[in-house]
Amino acid sequence: MTTFKLNHGPVSVNVDEDTPLLWVIRDKIGLKGTKFGCGIGMCGACTVHIDGRAVRSCITPLRAVADATVTTIEGLDPNGQHPLQKAWIETQAPQCGYCQSGQIMQAATLLKDFPDPTDKDIDAVMGGSLCRCMAYIRIRRAIKLAAAEMRGAHG
Amino acid sequence: MDKVLAGPAMKQSLVSRRRFLIGAAGTSVLFGFPRPGFTAADPASTSPAALFEPTIWYRVDPSGIVTVSIIRAEMGQHVGTALARIVADELEADWDKVRLDYVDTDPKWGLMLTGASWSVWQTFMPFSQAGAAGRIALIEEGAKLLNVDKEACNARNGAVSTGDRSITYGDIVARGSLKRTFTADQLKAMPIKKPADRRLIGHDTKAIDIPAKTNGAARYGIDAEVDDMVYARPKIPPTRYGSKVVSIDDSAAKSVKGYIKSIALDDPSDTVPGWVMVLADSFFAADRAADKVKVEWIPGDAVNVSEQDLQDHGAKLIADPSGGSLLVDDPGVEAAFAAAKSTLERTYTTSSALQFQLEPVNALAFEKNGIFEIHTGNQWQSLMLPVLARALAVGEDKVIMRTYLLGGGFGRRLNGDYAVPAALATKAIGKPVKMVCTRADDTLFGSFRSPSIQTLRMAFGEGGKVTAMEHHAAAGWPTQVVMPSFMPKGVNNVPFDQFSIWGADHWYNVGAQRVRALSNDLANRAFRPGYLRSVGSGWTNWAVESFMDEAAHAAGIDPVAFRLRLLDGAGRNAGTAPDSVGGARRQAAVVKRAAEKGGWGSTMPKDTGLGMATTFGQERTMPTWSACVARVRVDRGHGNVILEKLTLVVDAGTIVHPDGALAQVEGAALWGASLALHEGSEFVKGRVKDTNLDTYTPLRMGDVPEMDIEFLPSTEVPTGLGEPATTVVGPAIGNAIFAAVGARLRHLPIRPDAVLRALNTKR
Repeated sequence: MTTFKLNHGPVSVNVDEDTPLLWVIRDKIGLKGTKFGCGIGMCGACTVHIDGRAVRSCITPLRAVADATVTTIEGLDPNGQHPLQKAWIETQAPQCGYCQSGQIMQAATLLKDFPDPTDKDIDAVMGGSLCRCMAYIRIRRAIKLAAAEMRGAHG
Repeated sequence: MDKVLAGPAMKQSLVSRRRFLIGAAGTSVLFGFPRPGFTAADPASTSPAALFEPTIWYRVDPSGIVTVSIIRAEMGQHVGTALARIVADELEADWDKVRLDYVDTDPKWGLMLTGASWSVWQTFMPFSQAGAAGRIALIEEGAKLLNVDKEACNARNGAVSTGDRSITYGDIVARGSLKRTFTADQLKAMPIKKPADRRLIGHDTKAIDIPAKTNGAARYGIDAEVDDMVYARPKIPPTRYGSKVVSIDDSAAKSVKGYIKSIALDDPSDTVPGWVMVLADSFFAADRAADKVKVEWIPGDAVNVSEQDLQDHGAKLIADPSGGSLLVDDPGVEAAFAAAKSTLERTYTTSSALQFQLEPVNALAFEKNGIFEIHTGNQWQSLMLPVLARALAVGEDKVIMRTYLLGGGFGRRLNGDYAVPAALATKAIGKPVKMVCTRADDTLFGSFRSPSIQTLRMAFGEGGKVTAMEHHAAAGWPTQVVMPSFMPKGVNNVPFDQFSIWGADHWYNVGAQRVRALSNDLANRAFRPGYLRSVGSGWTNWAVESFMDEAAHAAGIDPVAFRLRLLDGAGRNAGTAPDSVGGARRQAAVVKRAAEKGGWGSTMPKDTGLGMATTFGQERTMPTWSACVARVRVDRGHGNVILEKLTLVVDAGTIVHPDGALAQVEGAALWGASLALHEGSEFVKGRVKDTNLDTYTPLRMGDVPEMDIEFLPSTEVPTGLGEPATTVVGPAIGNAIFAAVGARLRHLPIRPDAVLRALNTKR
């Protein structure tokens, strides 16, 4: 039995501790917003937060999150109104949308580390998140828009 | 089936196949069936008798909600939004009350295919006319309810008004008696609005599918679930065809908790020969067990075939003048070459390339009440239903494909072969089966873009005048493999895969012209050639536009001036109504505008150059006039190409959803850049070499160049936008490299070592 906090509530699952967190979240707990893309941590579609840091859940075994706090796209904001989510709609960033949960989760930690990110910061941090539709222009714009809103809210 | 299928007649089939009836039709088929799993959109369960359903394409309920039936796959193009805007504009609907229903398969929908950038082009007139008919009926009934003459009424924003009185569409549906009937001919003759009167088309809106894609709510095929299902991961045989299972050893897999068993599939449709499915009670267990199951196969012949064999075979086909299908075969080609002042001949090649749609292929299948349900994202259901029926040995009416969002299509999901193993497995074990391919499984089971080889020749007369041109192209033919009846015939009566040659039949006037398409039969046997964003036009134009650049330089003429001279709009390149009004002159217009915006002729820094390319998008019957100026800088030391800027100008006629259109051009253009500089694989002994992102390296955020995209204003027929921009970027980059450092690249993808080689062997 492995216990951790998921989107602010405690969960316990009884599966092999080697099971990648991705499949625990998707198939045991039933939150489908986190996606399976490459399985080797190189596309970013499965990105979630563990104790506030972005990680690739497809290569993170369940045992690594015992007693930790895991946040998925469903838990980023209680109403789906995180500044990044609003900016993603404002810029109409998603195309097929499959990578976007991971993009948003990655961007959320980017903005924690770089409240006013330069293009180089964005390239460096978002470089691990593949958008196969290549909606990169809008993802970049959305990140800057959300950053501006968050700075305004905190300034 | 002949060529007309892809033309305007196909558009008409959307309306003509069913008489159009205005009335409160009973449509219980649309409602009330159980929907296990999550589908792309769940329709509201309103009692059908209370609905106004003037056509199968939309319905209005008593609260005024307009639900539009979308038969196209939603895979990033926001197609539902664009198509619903077309209906809603003519219907004078309240846009806030418009909903989408991404429908499941049913014969009444006719051809279900989402590809070739056809959706808006094919749907524009039938949806406009259906919307107009609904508006007329609502005005007539609304006038009765308002006790006034219908001439005194108008419709706007979901209501019929006269003076200061009005009644909403919802109230008309609830209180009225809508009985107006239109025949198919009346519908076809139904006038639609003048462009200036449009209130939704051409005006921006937020795409309906987007919010669910920002909060985890969007449901893709991979998210489909049903009670009691078991998971499956396949063992992919060593070759796409002809592999036979000799033995399965699952002794090591038995230690995996949750492992159930492994089964070899018996496939009457021969879609997945040699497949073994590893079953378990979770995907993780199936994945882990599959790694431990050892299967011995007798491989198919393709195990002896590699990329170079395919290209050598293509070259041999081109060298034999007797084979292939002739799309264009003007008299006088030989005479023009014999009389030429000079000639130019060049050969261009492209490597195998992967769709790499981010959601690996998957399917959930189960039998319920004698019907096999297939839950998966798919672009061409009409292709797969008969195959599934054959595989399952049941009638087509016993198979239904449920619709989901697609985590990328890019042509991979035109070929729905991945539904077959899930269907066979559920039939074999009598339980619902959810098959998920790992990324490597997906790639090895791929339906990738065939390598291609093309030889082009040009004859010049006095003063650099072009007097003749030949284009010979050889590649694996997707359409020949999956649906040969879809192929049109050439002028020599030999069928050709339109999606492996269109683009070569360009709009340049080049004197006597010959275009010959050759099916690389070795490729067709060795793997399943697939469609990949922009299909053949993605590589035919690599050849045409690189060659035009070479020809211009050979003739000593500026490449833009050279193109404009040939895009004179004369003869067969004058264009025809309604789809290609203006012909090559519209292509010339985008070339001029792109040259102007892209700084053509300006002085460039050292090792930096501009390259031009122009295409008509996908096909002559639906031209999307496109031009691109690429600016690149070349690192002479390492051969790296830095793409600095793309300037694109597009004339796609009427733009229905401007922001969605822009997004499509952005993505398509970056696909062109990625295929040119970052992607490309290789077929090695029966399999594609690169199976994951460790070695297959599509363009990422940091590789995105500056981009400047413009649509030329137009009220002509709306043409496609999902793919055309992909076709211009590669050759524009190649031509820019030549302009920068004088190195000519004739192979895609462009690798640094090839740039260095070209720098050392300039000619």
